[in-house]
Amino acid sequence: MNLTHFLFETDADGIALVTWDMPGRSMNVITLEVMEELSQIVERVASDEAIKGCVVTSGKDAFSGGADLTMLQGLGALYEKLAREKGEEEEAMRVFFEESRKLSLLYRRLETCGKPFAAAIHGVCLGGAFELALACHYRVVSDADATRVGLPEIKVGLFPGAGGTQRVARLMQTGDALQMLFKGDQIRPLMARNMGLVHEVAPRDEIVEKAKAWIRAGGSPKAPWDQEKFKAPSGKVYSPAGMMIWPPANAIYRRETHDNYPAAKAILQAVYEGLQLPMDLALRVESRYFAKILRSKEAAAMIRTLFISMGELNKGARRPKAVGPTNIRTVGVVGAGFMGAGIAYVSANAGMQVILVDRDQESAEKGKAYSHKLISDQIMKGRAKTADRDALLSRITATADYAALKDCDLVIEAVFEDPQVKAEVIAKVEAAVRSDCIFASNTSTLPISGLAKASQRPDQFIGIHFFSPVEKMMLVEIIMGQQTGEKALATALDYVRAIKKTPIVVNDSRGFFANRCVMNYVREGHLMLMEGVPPAMIENVAKMAGMPVGPLSLNDEVAIDLGLKILKATKAQLGPEAVDPKQEALLVAMVEKEGRLGRKNKKGFYDYPENGPKRLWPGLADLQTTRLDPDAIDIEELKQRFLATQALEAARTVEEGVVTDPREADVGSILGFGFAPFTGGVLSYIDFMGAKAFVALCERLRAKHGDRFQPNKLLLDMAARGGRFYEAAEARAAA
Amino acid sequence: MPDAYIYDHVRTPRGRGKPDGALHEVTALRLAETALRAIKDRNNLDTRLVDDVVLGCVDPVGEAGGDIARAAALVADYGEHVPGVQINRFCASGLDAVNFAAAQVMSGQHDMTVGGGVESMSRVGMGASGGAWPVDPHIAIKAYFMPQGVSADLIATKYGFSRDDVDAYAVESQKRAAKAWDEGRFANSVVPVKDINGITLLAKDEHMRPSTDMQSLASLKPSFVQMGEMGGFDAVAIDAHPEVEFVNHVHHAGNSSGIVDGAAAVLIGTKEAGEAAGLKPRARIRAFANIGSEPALMLTGPVDVTEKVLKRARMTAKDIDLFEINEAFASVVLRYLQAFDLDPAIVNVNGGAIAMGHPLGATGAMILGTVLDELERTGKETALVTLCIGAGMGTATIIERV
Repeated sequence: MNLTHFLFETDADGIALVTWDMPGRSMNVITLEVMEELSQIVERVASDEAIKGCVVTSGKDAFSGGADLTMLQGLGALYEKLAREKGEEEEAMRVFFEESRKLSLLYRRLETCGKPFAAAIHGVCLGGAFELALACHYRVVSDADATRVGLPEIKVGLFPGAGGTQRVARLMQTGDALQMLFKGDQIRPLMARNMGLVHEVAPRDEIVEKAKAWIRAGGSPKAPWDQEKFKAPSGKVYSPAGMMIWPPANAIYRRETHDNYPAAKAILQAVYEGLQLPMDLALRVESRYFAKILRSKEAAAMIRTLFISMGELNKGARRPKAVGPTNIRTVGVVGAGFMGAGIAYVSANAGMQVILVDRDQESAEKGKAYSHKLISDQIMKGRAKTADRDALLSRITATADYAALKDCDLVIEAVFEDPQVKAEVIAKVEAAVRSDCIFASNTSTLPISGLAKASQRPDQFIGIHFFSPVEKMMLVEIIMGQQTGEKALATALDYVRAIKKTPIVVNDSRGFFANRCVMNYVREGHLMLMEGVPPAMIENVAKMAGMPVGPLSLNDEVAIDLGLKILKATKAQLGPEAVDPKQEALLVAMVEKEGRLGRKNKKGFYDYPENGPKRLWPGLADLQTTRLDPDAIDIEELKQRFLATQALEAARTVEEGVVTDPREADVGSILGFGFAPFTGGVLSYIDFMGAKAFVALCERLRAKHGDRFQPNKLLLDMAARGGRFYEAAEARAAA
Repeated sequence: MPDAYIYDHVRTPRGRGKPDGALHEVTALRLAETALRAIKDRNNLDTRLVDDVVLGCVDPVGEAGGDIARAAALVADYGEHVPGVQINRFCASGLDAVNFAAAQVMSGQHDMTVGGGVESMSRVGMGASGGAWPVDPHIAIKAYFMPQGVSADLIATKYGFSRDDVDAYAVESQKRAAKAWDEGRFANSVVPVKDINGITLLAKDEHMRPSTDMQSLASLKPSFVQMGEMGGFDAVAIDAHPEVEFVNHVHHAGNSSGIVDGAAAVLIGTKEAGEAAGLKPRARIRAFANIGSEPALMLTGPVDVTEKVLKRARMTAKDIDLFEINEAFASVVLRYLQAFDLDPAIVNVNGGAIAMGHPLGATGAMILGTVLDELERTGKETALVTLCIGAGMGTATIIERV
């Protein structure tokens, strides 16, 4: 054997040890070469009579993260190529199908080669790598904190297509198997053992020996499902037990996905059909669904945005290379309200010293107490220890004294959204800090360049816009003022990286990027209400379109009076044409006539009873001058309006130069406001539809619903020449 | 085209569909045999004239499996030449079996047929025959599968029927059924089920609770809350009808059809076949139709199919003297009344399945007989019979006295 990625050695007992250790990579990953070498190894083990069995382990700190997603992306493109070359669709599909199931067949060959295989796993073992382990006859995992197993494919619009669905569904109750496959969680060692996913948990330095011991003791080379008397844990699909499992599973699939995620449906279908077949055929059926999902635009979109682009942004794709590493040791946070307190927590949690300043000691302490609460919640959940809490709290200094900021490398202000208040804070901070300290504003509404006028050092002034709640939301929007310098940008990006969030960098504009899209989304909900769409339909259809919360709910959360305030400010500054009179009428009626401000006063678009869930306020019907017959409403069009109004706004931000990189709009839209993830984000939504089709959609919506759907020049140009937002990136990739 | 006439109809009483029900010891085959034998015996029918026996059965497995219609014809001594076929259109099977039997006659291919149905829910069990619809994701997701009760609750929510509305309807069904039994309105059609020694096992519908009132119903908890919430079906309902904020669960055992055992048979033939058998026609089958309807609401098919069959018969709802719509759930009937703005006094005059039970495959033939008896009793002319059906379908038949 000529192996590059594996070490192969046989011990005195005739047990082969295969150590996966790819040169020049920090993490093992399944590539075509790896598959080829693994195949050689399996054949060697199978044919060499001196070899009794084989242990597979990793030479790195982790087992493996799974298949190379770009390889899978390539597979998806293979079909297109084949179809072009062969000119005959079915034949191209046949070739593609066989290509796409090579990994599955390889694992099945390993499982049925006649020799026992055992996996010895330390560190993460995910996706295709865990499918390899599942094909082994025995699995030992280390008890280390870092060890995780799991099948996370669903998170990028794929599903485990190398036997994962079939083996998991034969290892545990069907309901548990479906839940595991749907969630794609990374599972800790003891939990994995309890679930029946692995056989044994051992200290790291013993896993190989335990695996060998199992082989020495006569471990069977036949998987349970290849033994004659095998019964699936939940019995037959068509049985009284099956009737308790499948109808709710199908319903819960719809509840969780609104039928927007073909990969999740493929999991259901592959398990349903597979459990009624012997293993080889079951794997073949799984492969059929895999080949289909691999070609889906949802998978392509989700892999690109949620894996590739997000990874690139997390690694600092937008960081100016000229600036050397910044070392942020101490962060100042001014304003210890809800946002400031959250910023203090995530900063301290990342190991930084935090100076949390508010106008008096009591307010500052209150902000620090929020960190106490959050870390205590983590302790309750078993995710942190008491010592972690002590250490974290010791890193936060709550004070009313600006002088305490003197050692800060970065100060973030999160005070009241008032230019005057902010200007005072800026002056006080700049008087206290070192001259090289970067100042960041967490404003969500005020243009950064305007605020920077209050700064002595506008090149060190930048926007770092967090989303609420800070500790949960993974996106941070970094806003470049007109004079913001590269050092400020590098510092902001390094900071965001340190707190393990994903940054997007945008140029200054009213509402920046994310809030502009969100405001359009909420406005569309308001206008539907005024058209006479039943309120529940507005909320439900928004979720069916893929949004995490309905526009009316969302407005209740951020406060309706805030919406009205912004609308009035916009009207004052840009003139009456800049606002929609129907939306204005609704907000005035809600806020000024009805005193309904949102969740904060328990009266918004919803009522918030003390006991029981929130319910839409029945009085909304009285604000509607017409009420449409729900059965006559075009639901698909409502969905399109919700997504298109956001996508169109995103396209405008591109044209205006607010967003300069499509990856940032896409990643930002999913992480920042939950834009239908299956689309790959606001711009991918347009790209996968095609600019021409999107412009046609906008024109249709404009004719029916008004000029807010007027496509911008950029889109019209793109439609005319068949352009895409990603064409530059695609051209780079092709070159 | 020959006309299809109804010459006679019978049904068994409906036994409570549980192990303590009076018909639990009776096989599905014997239930079907009882109905067929009664048709033969009380009409002195020369079964050599019978061309086919069509029986509805919704869970045709186990003892009800294979082709129970052929087995029943043989044991009822119709003679070896009488074939049988079992059909399944879920809850409308019994009515569709009559329609199929009538269609054979109307097409001119057969002269005399029997349509009917049988279901031993206590012995075979509802859902025993399985099926892809709730289970296979390929159809379950596309068709917005929900248990019927959740669909019935969705209908109540969407069309605005409160818990009081559906309970009041149930109370009325019980009252009407009790009155009908008291006045002997079913006497001519119900044939007792006897054991092999001739001892009567059941002579009267066993499921009725005539003392039911609003108070007693109010104490019942809605049956489909857990299924709706935990099982995810409320979310399915809302995806299908997003104007609904939350599903108002109003149905329970007291305002839903009862689970029972029973069988029914209807004798159908041409004018000439009836003459040859020395029988007088009681009614003519004027029209029938089937339709598919919105599958999430599932149980509103009677509205759609009524529109269809009336159009085919060039009639309007005003031309119908009596309506019989299966009381699968109270909201199904209330929606039907609402859609056609019907006078409740001419709908389900003698109660329905909420009081007497719904032996799935047999009910359609039973309620066809019930309304024919009522036409005769009151001297009215025309009736429309319809049932809601799983997966969103409707079947309807219009009969008129001759």
